[in-house]
Amino acid sequence: MANLVAVVGIGQTKYQTRRTDVSIAGLVREAAVRALQDADLSWDDIEAVIIGKAPDMFEGVIMPEIYLTDALGCNGKPMLRVHTAGSVGGSTALVAASHVQSGTFNRVLTVTFEKQSESNAMWALSNPQPFSPHLNAGAGGYFAPIIREYMRRSGAPYDVGIKVATKDRLHGARNPLAHLQLPNITMKEVEESPMLWDPIRFLESCPSSDGACAMVICNETLAAQSPKRPAWIRGVAMRSEPTMYAGREEVNPQAGRDCVADVYQQAGITNPRQQLDCAEVYVPFSWYEPMWLENLGFAEEGKGWELTMAGATSLDEGGDIPWNCSGGVLSSNAIGASGMIRFAEAARQVRGDADQHQVEGATTALGHAYGGGAQFFAMWIVSSEKG
Amino acid sequence: MRDIAIVSYAQSDCVRDAGARNEVELIMPVIKNALGAVGLNNAQDVDFTCSGSCDYQQGAAFAFVLGVDALGAVPPIKESHVEMDAAWALYEAILKIRMGHADSALVYGFGKSSPGELPAVLSQQLDPYYLGPLWVDSVSLAAMQARLMLDQGLISEQDMAEVVVRSRRNAMANNPHAQLKGEVSTESLLAQDRWVSPLRKHDCAPVSDGATAMVICDLEKAHAWGVPYAIIRGIDHRMETHNLGARDLTRSRSTEQAAAACGVANGEVEIAELYAPFSHQEIILTKALGLSETTTVNPSGGVLAGNLMMASGLSRIGEVAQRIIAGECKRGVAHATSGPCLQHNLVTVLEAA
Repeated sequence: MANLVAVVGIGQTKYQTRRTDVSIAGLVREAAVRALQDADLSWDDIEAVIIGKAPDMFEGVIMPEIYLTDALGCNGKPMLRVHTAGSVGGSTALVAASHVQSGTFNRVLTVTFEKQSESNAMWALSNPQPFSPHLNAGAGGYFAPIIREYMRRSGAPYDVGIKVATKDRLHGARNPLAHLQLPNITMKEVEESPMLWDPIRFLESCPSSDGACAMVICNETLAAQSPKRPAWIRGVAMRSEPTMYAGREEVNPQAGRDCVADVYQQAGITNPRQQLDCAEVYVPFSWYEPMWLENLGFAEEGKGWELTMAGATSLDEGGDIPWNCSGGVLSSNAIGASGMIRFAEAARQVRGDADQHQVEGATTALGHAYGGGAQFFAMWIVSSEKG
Repeated sequence: MRDIAIVSYAQSDCVRDAGARNEVELIMPVIKNALGAVGLNNAQDVDFTCSGSCDYQQGAAFAFVLGVDALGAVPPIKESHVEMDAAWALYEAILKIRMGHADSALVYGFGKSSPGELPAVLSQQLDPYYLGPLWVDSVSLAAMQARLMLDQGLISEQDMAEVVVRSRRNAMANNPHAQLKGEVSTESLLAQDRWVSPLRKHDCAPVSDGATAMVICDLEKAHAWGVPYAIIRGIDHRMETHNLGARDLTRSRSTEQAAAACGVANGEVEIAELYAPFSHQEIILTKALGLSETTTVNPSGGVLAGNLMMASGLSRIGEVAQRIIAGECKRGVAHATSGPCLQHNLVTVLEAA
């Protein structure tokens, strides 16, 4: 049985296109220092550092933990670097939690980042793999056909993605850290934005951001000394499947369904729409909201879009199950950190510490991340209650 | 905390150039062998899988994603990856077992260094603003470290050559997967030209392609499977500053710290497998681990006999485990490293059941 552990500190940078005022080291340190301040701790209180980011090619720094140890106060301590594609932010949080859940450490710091302005993610995602067919498309080109298949199967109206894109930006406008600040965005504006990878329009896509997110995770005893309310980690799960295999269900991947079933079982969730107060879910392209609503059991297969269109996932429309109140990946996408931002924002909600995008009285929330060809999944459930 | 057993280990031959074989083709045979040794068929038969690799060896982002293809991960599996040597993938898997979310795990590492120039590639591990742009390669940095040791009279070139002689000899006697092996004399080695002064070519690990895999589990599972095993008695890893000028390069403090934390000194160390890509580093590590004359160092020949970048650390642990399982010894230590001049070090203590 895993030890009960909690998030007691969260720190994020402001997400923006370019952070030319700081180095990569400066960026991660900014988030880490804020997490320590949030937990009222100092560097000496940290026993190990777990760091994550998307491919090294994004910044051109190989195994950046080697360079970042000094900035993260890790000299003389253990430091681990996780890399599981786009899900890495979530996976890193889970690996960090396992350091404490296993009883091996009492308190750890975990940090994820991306400084996309120092390289070109489209290039890094598209360079040819030896012995493999070359997809010179980036992530949008990869996911567009899968979205089209979802639209065909579900018969969803054409503007579901437009609604999600608008809703998440309105959420983002409540969050001063969000990259895109578009308080006056309209569905018409989204619809009229250029088509990038049919059916994904420019404003239905995530931005490229610089930014970092950090958390302090500790055991039950130390969490009791925390100045702010801890977010108890009630379930943790990861699943992977290959990018391609005969008969693979790409719209509603088995790995996602298995992963969420596992995490719900641990947290005693049988009806996610009723038992969860909100969710932070990795939606980098608008249509992934209805697709994940189904994959994560909030709606029946083919019906996820109905929740979106009814406003159930919107904070502004008073929905019963708000998704991505922070603005989500559609408002800020520092790729390697994006998964951890979901996990951290879920924790902020149950700590009652989400300011203008707080869901009133939230006690239980889901954090979700996915990566690769929608084949790697990482999820956790956090709660204000120990359970 | 639950005791954890290593029940199987498999390694490919270390070859200079695996040619057209891709990563999946390097990984599949070792995974099959590691699983097969305990009567398992595929990744669904263990509770967790974790791997270590580096995108820059392949020169493309997400190299490990193709690795998942080698696992036959249908239906989906619990799986994770570190962009580190697979010894750290083992560390992650151990945490997963300790926390009770797995009873068994498959760990693997792979590297195909042949398509690139490994020392130059590794220069991009350095601080990207001050050091990276200078393209100081890993061999040059190690040469600087060796020079410091020679100048301080801590080692002689004879000592370095003796490390190489022993590596080649042990590899010939004990390691069917070695790339470099044979009987050589210190005189013949010292007669060679210097390559990156003071290092001669044989002071440096060769560049190798290949893969390794290991199966670990808790003791109950090992008994259920009815297979012999070695117990992981302690495992710890520590990082040091990246500022080379701020470190005493003639010793390895982080190895000392990790060794103390995992109890290397709590018993006799019969064998030790050290990840020393340069001959002088074996001397640094032997000292840092507090090994005595009675310890057999690198019975496999170590990485001077073949260096599977990103898998060599796991391979050191596997080599010790294999010898314990075979009854050749009762207690051994394995070491893994990462970063320039031994910046990050992991130490494992293994014992017979």
